[in-house]
Amino acid sequence: MTNSSTTALPVSIQSLSKHYGAVRAVDSVSFDIDAGEFLTLLGPSGSGKTTLLMMIAGFTRPNAGSIRIDGQEIVHLPPHKRNIGMVFQNYALFPHMTVGENVAYPLRLRKIPRAEIEDRVNRVLDLVRLAGYGARRITELSGGQRQRIALARAIVFEPRILLMDEPLSALDKQLRDTMQIEIRKLHDRLRMTTISVTHDQREALTMSDRIAVFSKGRLEQVASPVELYERPESRFIAGFIGESSFLPLHRDARGICFGDQQINLAQDADGVDGDSLLMLRPERLRIVSPGDVTNMDDNLFDGQVVTAAFQGESLLYEVMLSGGQKVFVRAANRSENLRAMPQAGEKVTLRLGRADTRIVRAGG
Amino acid sequence: MEPAALAETAIPQAQLDRNRHTLNRERRHENWSMLRLTIPALLIVGVLMVAPLLWLLSMSFVDIEGNYGLGNYRLFFSEPVYVEIFLNTFKIALMVTVISVLMGYPVAYLMSILPPKWAGPMMLAVLVPFWTSGLVRTFSWLIILQRKGLINETLSWLNLIERPLTLVHNMTGTVIGMVHIMIPFLILPLYASMKAIDGNLMRAAANVGSSPTHAFFRIFLPLSMPGLIAGTIMIFVMSLGFYITPALLGGGRVKMIAQRIEESLALYPTWGPAAALAVLLLLMTALCLWISLILVRRLSPERVR
Repeated sequence: MTNSSTTALPVSIQSLSKHYGAVRAVDSVSFDIDAGEFLTLLGPSGSGKTTLLMMIAGFTRPNAGSIRIDGQEIVHLPPHKRNIGMVFQNYALFPHMTVGENVAYPLRLRKIPRAEIEDRVNRVLDLVRLAGYGARRITELSGGQRQRIALARAIVFEPRILLMDEPLSALDKQLRDTMQIEIRKLHDRLRMTTISVTHDQREALTMSDRIAVFSKGRLEQVASPVELYERPESRFIAGFIGESSFLPLHRDARGICFGDQQINLAQDADGVDGDSLLMLRPERLRIVSPGDVTNMDDNLFDGQVVTAAFQGESLLYEVMLSGGQKVFVRAANRSENLRAMPQAGEKVTLRLGRADTRIVRAGG
Repeated sequence: MEPAALAETAIPQAQLDRNRHTLNRERRHENWSMLRLTIPALLIVGVLMVAPLLWLLSMSFVDIEGNYGLGNYRLFFSEPVYVEIFLNTFKIALMVTVISVLMGYPVAYLMSILPPKWAGPMMLAVLVPFWTSGLVRTFSWLIILQRKGLINETLSWLNLIERPLTLVHNMTGTVIGMVHIMIPFLILPLYASMKAIDGNLMRAAANVGSSPTHAFFRIFLPLSMPGLIAGTIMIFVMSLGFYITPALLGGGRVKMIAQRIEESLALYPTWGPAAALAVLLLLMTALCLWISLILVRRLSPERVR
């Protein structure tokens, strides 16, 4: 179990729906998860991502659709017959059992011989780096330790797939960052098909092979973290993942324009119409200093600094463009940036390289 | 320039000493104020509980001839009627407790899992009788259970029985009436205890492969134990000293200690035998509480150590 021999299984979700009265919590969602993939369901609260996870686990009965693991239909099975491991948001560790009893519980249910249970519990505790904690009470564990025990209990019985419901939301920020890397590493080692739910975009970007973004019960886009960040399919995704400012575009005789300024695009301009927006990532905008070299096809914007904030690892500016739109600019905290840090009220020029000039459709 | 060093030199030692003195005085004053708030309660407990109990204890040593000694207590162990009454009392209390648990647990469980829309009215159905006088409820049972009562009339109208069932003026009626009065004392702490159980625990149990039945016995039941034990103790102890219901619904055939205490008062010239019975009841109740406290320690999920 703790070696790479775990057989990973593919999951297929077809036209899955859950309605609560007139509310479509999950609205005919379909996607496939590859064997061994780490997929994160990302979305704001009420987007249907948790309902979807609960349907996969079997705690919520869908109105329609199909859930298949390795081609086998499970939509009609009760939770205890699905053989799916799950890490709950608040961990749901049994408070009347010790750490060891919690982890052994799934194995005891499967009538595995005592010696083997002991062996497997020890190995999984070792895997989550809590070897020797078996006799502790749950109340004696810290939040991070409970999280790892919940994970240990979810994988000890070699479930077909692993689910995680906001697994890190109860931890403080530093611990969350560490655990993201740790879970990523564990997944690289076990290669178990994993579906995680979160509303934290950084968590999704850090841990996932692919991310499925949900909004209002519908699947917006499934893509790798890089793809999703660089080429979001809608304004919703562009706004939800990373920070972005948007500028309205239109097409005239010269080409694609923002106001009366022609915009040089990285991508094919076909299909750009009145509904398109220019997506500005704060870290891709640069404040041009007098000596900086600019290319012919860079897009330049004039504006005035509204606020300048020092945020430690970076500097954040709010800049009002001459057309009145406000955009955010982020500069890494390097000594040259810090020295030349413009103050509120200063006039600045922003540069957006052509390769970073991306458009998204306004709808959605 | 160090600001901390500056502050230290600016405030003279005398001022710091005065501050410490004042702060200590304030703390003592606060403690005394808190203590004063408890004085009325302490007085009430002292005057109305401890003193009468001591008085009762002293009276229990005065036998029917007015002599000081253990005469009353000796009476209990020599007269078989007393042994029988004590056994009877425990038997009834135990029956009432067991039946209340068997009937009350499912109700509390249902209330704890139903949405508030349904749990609210159910709670009301538990509380309204709870708020109604025990005497009124006992007389109501008399009407329902008697020979020409609601139940017997209905059953004979349905031709299910030929002769009326004796449901009252016996053990059956006593137990029915007592269960009705006692059951809220089980349901209320049990419900509170169940509500505190994280719903995800049962989901987690199902997730790792536990059937609903197994999860109930391995997870839910142990975690509801504190409320169950609290309710059980409450019912058992209250049942031991019950008077009105057995007196009315038992129809003189069911004797419990409280009734015997009342009879002793009328029967003997001194209060001695009644007082001795009361002391014995108190001791046995205390013993029950002590045993159950040990049980709580053993069975509580957190294993209080």
